[in-house]
Amino acid sequence: MSEDYRSMWQSLGLDLVAHDALLGVLGKFYQDIYLAQNNRPEGMGYFDFVMSEVHGLRIKELLDEKKAGRKIIGTYCVFVPEEIALAGNATMVGLCAGADFATEEVEKILPRNTCALIKSTFGFKLGKVCPYLEASDMIVGENTCDGKKKAYESLGPLVSNLYVMDIPQMKSDQGRALLKAEYQRFKQAVEKLTGVTIDPPRLKAAIETVNNKRKAIHRLSKLRQADPAPISGLDALLANQVFFYDNPQRFTDSVNKICDELEKRVAEKQGVFPSGTPRILMSGCPMAVPNWKLPWIVETSGAVIVGEESCVGERGTRNLVSTSGNTVDELMDAIVDRYFQVDCAIFTPNPDRLNHVEEMVKAYKADGVIHYGLQFCAPYLMESIPVAKALEEKKIPTLRIETDYSMEDVGQLKTRVEAFIEMLR
Amino acid sequence: MRCAGIDIGSRAIKLAVVQNKAIAEYRQTDTGYDPMAAARRLLEGLFYDCILATGYGRGQFEVDFDAPTVTEIKAHAAGARFFFPEAVTVLDIGGQDSKAIAMNTVGKVVKFEMNDRCAAGTGKFLEIMARSLGFNLEQFASEALLAEKDIQINSMCTVFAESEVTSLVARGENRRNIALGLHKSVVRRAAGMLRRVSNDGPVVFSGGVAKNRCMQRLMEDTLQQPILTAKDPQMTGAIGAALLAGDRIGG
Repeated sequence: MSEDYRSMWQSLGLDLVAHDALLGVLGKFYQDIYLAQNNRPEGMGYFDFVMSEVHGLRIKELLDEKKAGRKIIGTYCVFVPEEIALAGNATMVGLCAGADFATEEVEKILPRNTCALIKSTFGFKLGKVCPYLEASDMIVGENTCDGKKKAYESLGPLVSNLYVMDIPQMKSDQGRALLKAEYQRFKQAVEKLTGVTIDPPRLKAAIETVNNKRKAIHRLSKLRQADPAPISGLDALLANQVFFYDNPQRFTDSVNKICDELEKRVAEKQGVFPSGTPRILMSGCPMAVPNWKLPWIVETSGAVIVGEESCVGERGTRNLVSTSGNTVDELMDAIVDRYFQVDCAIFTPNPDRLNHVEEMVKAYKADGVIHYGLQFCAPYLMESIPVAKALEEKKIPTLRIETDYSMEDVGQLKTRVEAFIEMLR
Repeated sequence: MRCAGIDIGSRAIKLAVVQNKAIAEYRQTDTGYDPMAAARRLLEGLFYDCILATGYGRGQFEVDFDAPTVTEIKAHAAGARFFFPEAVTVLDIGGQDSKAIAMNTVGKVVKFEMNDRCAAGTGKFLEIMARSLGFNLEQFASEALLAEKDIQINSMCTVFAESEVTSLVARGENRRNIALGLHKSVVRRAAGMLRRVSNDGPVVFSGGVAKNRCMQRLMEDTLQQPILTAKDPQMTGAIGAALLAGDRIGG
């Protein structure tokens, strides 16, 4: 990254030394994991560029938007509707939570037995290394799991602009009513932040923008049903990760461009790995940049990942918002309908998620499922046992992995993943 | 056709050569600080047509010796079936990990579990506990078998268990009883892992820890069934690897 950005980072209050170290590690990681892959689609060049500029050009764009009067809203969860932010003339970005940072400082505020994702959120704040967070005019926390819910109480004093959204825990009428009330409250908060009144044309346009982004990902996912798989799981995961950062229109165009290329590959029966390579469905906790450890292990152990049942994946991107409504209330209802289907493990009971895993196994012709649970993530770890049991009863081989962001267990994970892949052959 | 299997474990490197479905040669050495040099020495003067590696050092062996690899899981399953063709369940406790493996009736792995990242409940744990009681490994097992009662050991973490042992010794507890308690704590954990992957069929106990007679006895008591142990259970992975090397080239 060029020197031009240093003054920008400084103006955001980043710790330049720590930030350099972070970018150094990220760059090396990307080189070793992404650029070392073979047969990558040419269109991935766009994402290589995005990653090389993830704290550079994209931040500059956001700051330019701010200068022009636009507001930036940072989020940590797929339950925060981007449609409402966009309709209020704000840009929404996912905030950094995929790497360990400033762990000692974090453990002064959070218990050690907190999941890596939450710890990372704090590490990026305390270590002053997340330009997205520092550029945000509003940071939205959401009451999903207990860990996040309580952690936002501790994050509040560290930032000046935390907004907390409540999230239901049951798929009941009352649960839906709560989500609707919270989305309306969020709409008002966005309107207050930006001074823009959200009207039907604005909301409809925003819904279409986000729907198009999702449609591009749906198209990409469908192409991964082919054998041989035309794109690696790592590359597809990256597209799903960049979904949270990039300019929506440009993201949609770039993913569609890759899909054009992949369509040709599929027609010519070309793949990123040979036909017959064992196919894995990943299911479980979200993987934020640069948490590529497990997919990297899987795809360097003789298998290909063909789908992600994850918030950074199909759980987060499936289902579109209906655009048939004409009033703000009708469109808001359509938004609530779409988001209320997200089958996060914070819901109880949560049978839709298991059904979705089974649907994905069929659709993507997966030979086995790897359930990825972050250590100390009670909702997903608890669910992993009945999910694995139900899948095994249907003769779908399943491997449960519990890990964190550190690299110390790579050797052991590799043995388990390789043994699982041997089982599938 | 002579096919070799090399199992590069955390504590020892085991080598077996199989010819006409029979064991032609066994070799073993300490892994030490330079596993590839140790492997090279172990292979000196050995004649073989094909070789396949397993164990935690397999990745490096693959690079240095241009040899195929399989995981310890697959190798131990194959090795266990060589000794006991009726086996469907394997419990392997090695130097730094432990695993339970369930196979179908033709010997294909259908489910497995491995211990998590630390060495709790493995050979390394027993080795350190033996040392803290002033026993060598053989005494550790034979003395434990002579215990009059067992003392519950609560820590599975090697570091915490060691301080627990120190305080029990300081309290004047008989070290035989402590030794039995330590063995039992490993057995409880291993039996739990085994029961999670399989609930039936003959169980083969493999890996270096299977040589421990107290472990064998306690495992039989806990599982309430006879345990099958090969004459040299530590070689199970290497033999499995040698057999799989043969399968690959149709030998």
